[in-house]
Amino acid sequence: MTDKDPVVELRDVHKSFGALKVLDGVSLTVARGEVAVIIGRSGSGKSTALRCIDRLEVIDDGEIVVCGHRLTDAKLNLRALRQDVGIVFQSYNLFPHLTVAQNITLAPVSVKRVSRAEALETAQAVLRQVGLQDKADAYPEQLSGGQQQRAAIARSLAMKPKVMLFDEVTSALDPELTAEVLRVMEDLAASGMTMVVVTHEMSFARRIADQLVFMHGGRVRETGPGDILLDPQTPELRQFMSHELHAATR
Amino acid sequence: MELAGVATVAGFVLGTLCAVGLRSGGGMARLCSIYVEAIRNTPLLVQIFLVYFGLASLGLRLSAFVVAVLALTINVAAYTAEIMRAGLDSIPPGQIEAGECLGLSRVQLYWHVLLLPAMERVYPALASQFVLLMLASSVCSQISAEEMTAVANHVQSETFRPFEAFIVLAGLYIVLSVLMRAVFWLLGLALFPRRRRLGTAL
Ligand SMILES: Nc1ncnc2c1ncn2[C@@H]1O[C@H](COP(=O)(O)OP(=O)(O)OP(=O)(O)O)[C@@H](O)[C@H]1O
Ligand SMILES: [Mg+2]
Repeated sequence: MTDKDPVVELRDVHKSFGALKVLDGVSLTVARGEVAVIIGRSGSGKSTALRCIDRLEVIDDGEIVVCGHRLTDAKLNLRALRQDVGIVFQSYNLFPHLTVAQNITLAPVSVKRVSRAEALETAQAVLRQVGLQDKADAYPEQLSGGQQQRAAIARSLAMKPKVMLFDEVTSALDPELTAEVLRVMEDLAASGMTMVVVTHEMSFARRIADQLVFMHGGRVRETGPGDILLDPQTPELRQFMSHELHAATR
Repeated sequence: MELAGVATVAGFVLGTLCAVGLRSGGGMARLCSIYVEAIRNTPLLVQIFLVYFGLASLGLRLSAFVVAVLALTINVAAYTAEIMRAGLDSIPPGQIEAGECLGLSRVQLYWHVLLLPAMERVYPALASQFVLLMLASSVCSQISAEEMTAVANHVQSETFRPFEAFIVLAGLYIVLSVLMRAVFWLLGLALFPRRRRLGTAL
């Protein structure tokens, strides 16, 4: 694989929930090591697009290829796909009956069949990466929201995914906790991880994005480097940005 | 006594499998739900006789003890299935999704992610159900399985002091119930270490 090989590729993807058309011909290519940031109004289909990439939703039409897995293939190996893709949600979804370390080692041990000792070593490494090295033995409910979200990121990283998906991972957090989670994501991006990020944090989006994708009404309305936020070409993005600015200064 | 013990363990396993079946959708779910409804809407004594005479008519000659265990297991499994299904249904879907996204298989998902939290949520109901089972095992004297009520019956027919015999029997059942609840409490502590550590009540 060269650096230009796409890790994630969506071609003319369509998806409806009943009569509601949520994705209306979305195309998107994310190269290895690239960070794509998806922004857009509530209901514009950002989460759905992300969920389609991990085959949590099955698309109606079009094509998605992720790390060489053709998602529309009848013979798709779903569990192999899920090992290549890490996903983190707004609600952290840590397993409450397991400690942080157990949360992190569960999948490597039972899915990848690595030894417990090796999994623990990996757990320590990823916990250090997210700044939680002293929380290995805590239960999720003993952690703050920001710490839980970082633990959830660590749990995904322990599977050594080729691409990480983030769906508004800071939306449930207050500004201080948001900052610590965003810092972890920036470090991760700097380390060369391929990422697709859905976020409402505009300055973060601009900072981290190699490719910024503005979705509107189930379509990609505008795309380009992070700086397109400074000079929107479409009225929709202009309106969205002024709205976000108002929201930020309120 | 062993009667209730064996039936509790076997009934829990069978009932939990059945709860998973109920959630699986399709033909398996229908089958499980027919079983659960059939058992929950017929008296235990009738079920015991059905198993007893059913096996006999198939030419199987089993001891009364084995028949009693079978019947009680079949009975308690149905109730356990309903309880465990409620527990499993109460787990937020995000937990299942998170497990799937980590690449866990269906079986791993149930085993590592769903089973313990589901059990934890319905643990008091489960414990009560198993105590009820222990008390209900008294009707097994009807097929002359050697259990406490049968023995008391025997004693009262020898001594002609039925009231005293059954008062002692009732006392024994109370002691057993209390003991069983204590055992379940300890088992809960062992099963749910998080509860122990954080000091939250079951
Ligand atoms: N499973 C589903 N069933 C039915 N409708 C759904 C489902 N998931 C999403 N939708 C609908 O699809 C539309 C797009 O949803 P989506 O979650 O992708 O938006 P979003 O851009 O992520 O919005 P937000 O910023 O609020 O998270 C919404 O109108 C939503 O109600
Ligand atoms: Mg969303």
